[in-house]
Amino acid sequence: MAALLRAGETTARELAEIHLAAAERENHALNAWLSIDRVGALEAAEAADTRLASARGEGPPALAALPPLLGVPVALKDLISVAGGQCTAGSRILEGYIAPYDAHITEGLRDAGAVILGKTNMDEFAMGSSNEHSAYGPVANPWDLETVPGGSSGGSAVAVAAFHAPLALGTDTGGSIRQPAALTGIVGMKPTYGRVSRYGIVAFASSLDQIGPFARDSRDAAALLHAIAGRDERDSTSAPVPVPDALLRLEQSDDEAAAGLRGKRLGLPREYFVAGMDPDVERRIREAVAALEGAGAIVEEVSLPHTDYGLATYYIVAPAEASANLARYDGVRFGPRLGDGDVLANYLATRGSGFGPEVKRRVMLGTYALSAGYYDAYYLKAQKVRTLIKRDFDLLWEAGFDALVAPTSPSVAFRFGAKMADPVAMYLSDACTLPVNMAGLPGISIPCGLSEGLPVGLQLIGAPWSEAELLGLARGYEGLTASADWRSREPAQLAQAADPAAPSPAERARALAAH
Amino acid sequence: MAGLSRSDVEHVAHLARLGLREEELATLEGELNHILDQYAILARLDTDDIPPTAQTIELENILRDDVVQPSLPVEAVLANAPERDGDFIVVPPVLGGD
Repeated sequence: MAALLRAGETTARELAEIHLAAAERENHALNAWLSIDRVGALEAAEAADTRLASARGEGPPALAALPPLLGVPVALKDLISVAGGQCTAGSRILEGYIAPYDAHITEGLRDAGAVILGKTNMDEFAMGSSNEHSAYGPVANPWDLETVPGGSSGGSAVAVAAFHAPLALGTDTGGSIRQPAALTGIVGMKPTYGRVSRYGIVAFASSLDQIGPFARDSRDAAALLHAIAGRDERDSTSAPVPVPDALLRLEQSDDEAAAGLRGKRLGLPREYFVAGMDPDVERRIREAVAALEGAGAIVEEVSLPHTDYGLATYYIVAPAEASANLARYDGVRFGPRLGDGDVLANYLATRGSGFGPEVKRRVMLGTYALSAGYYDAYYLKAQKVRTLIKRDFDLLWEAGFDALVAPTSPSVAFRFGAKMADPVAMYLSDACTLPVNMAGLPGISIPCGLSEGLPVGLQLIGAPWSEAELLGLARGYEGLTASADWRSREPAQLAQAADPAAPSPAERARALAAH
Repeated sequence: MAGLSRSDVEHVAHLARLGLREEELATLEGELNHILDQYAILARLDTDDIPPTAQTIELENILRDDVVQPSLPVEAVLANAPERDGDFIVVPPVLGGD
């Protein structure tokens, strides 16, 4: 897209119009967007066209100096602040709230000339693995409209998978970028903890949350990451680590990229092939691993012995942090205020009606884990086990592995309602992704084929700050499989989403529940 | 570890400032106990000599220079207030009463 814009073969305005039209046409059937900012997007597109025209007048060096995202449309998960716009975090408790300022990454995108199309649907406060916990209704997966897109960044994933935007941003606390990327057949990356400033982002679990890109290929994901990464004074957890320009120089040639896999040392963690994993998903992953080996990568089975403790550890640490972070939603300074005027009654009424069931469950869990008498048994114990989980990974980096290869999700997209009755079954969706957050590492999910017509994601996990290397490996795998039949497949039911009579995801979910 | 009783659930809901309906409390009692059962696995690990991990990057005590920065636009912030009086947010009484 960037090349077409520079060559003058299309305009930013035309790109924005095409994507806005697709989003508006299909949103009733997909529900990926919570707000579409047609006016703001077209203004940004016209500003980009002006910059492009002036650079074209100056000649090739001026064109080459333009930021890569200039004029490129992007979708933002609705927990990223855009000044003057809504920011619901998928919750009723933020209904009507207007962000008074831009998030750091929003400023970065504006500086880069990207065109923000709107805000995408998500599980409430990013808590969920199916997008069914949004207060604004579920999102449908364009591969099969009766299945979920994964979560919590389900809207951002679908916006990219359904060609409403070439790029999107999400957040990943336990798998909320990688798992929906896997279930919708696109690329999604969770960077190293500290890589991207979280100033202006609604917090879920502050020691785990990280912002990252969705794209249809690794080079686009790398360019988006490059535009948002880096130290920001306003987020003291953003690290003063240089952002590698290698992110903008991933190999273009498929053959060269695949050749780069030769000699790479990859670990295959045996604990990630969990009991209960879909056997056909496992086959796709093993085929991908065999293809990497065929290209000259050295694959060795490795062990991450504390993997089985990850789920319990995560579901103590994340709710504990969430219960503290969500204390600010009290109806005092912003958002709806319910109750009869007594401060305690107002808190109880505002929070009791403003939060949905999954948020209440996690706030309860977290409050309990931090409460007097249980802190040592739960929270402190979990933090100690977190150390063991992190050490498992550290040993492999010390042993010289370039990356680990694993499934992203134990299953493909599942039907609406399939895991809603049992929170623990839903939590297991993240068994292969959440250890990466616990250890603060970068991880990426890339498409590696289909299982019964639905996308399967391959996860690559790297050492801290190795995003460029991980994306290089992802690019290598893309090059290796460039001519595979599944690469050319588009979401099978996308055309049905364009039908004005198509039911909404909520209607589909209700119909399934009635059976 | 002992499970959560109904009164424990009510106590935690109060600590969390969540006003919950009867049926929500009943559902949560079952669900929370089911989830807490999953935590039992952690007791198998001896962690006496293991330091806790609170965060994964070795950054400490980041301070910014003591320089005045622009604050958020007052009007935009106050526009979100559920109740306002001029440049103030009206809040329910916290002290006193009777």
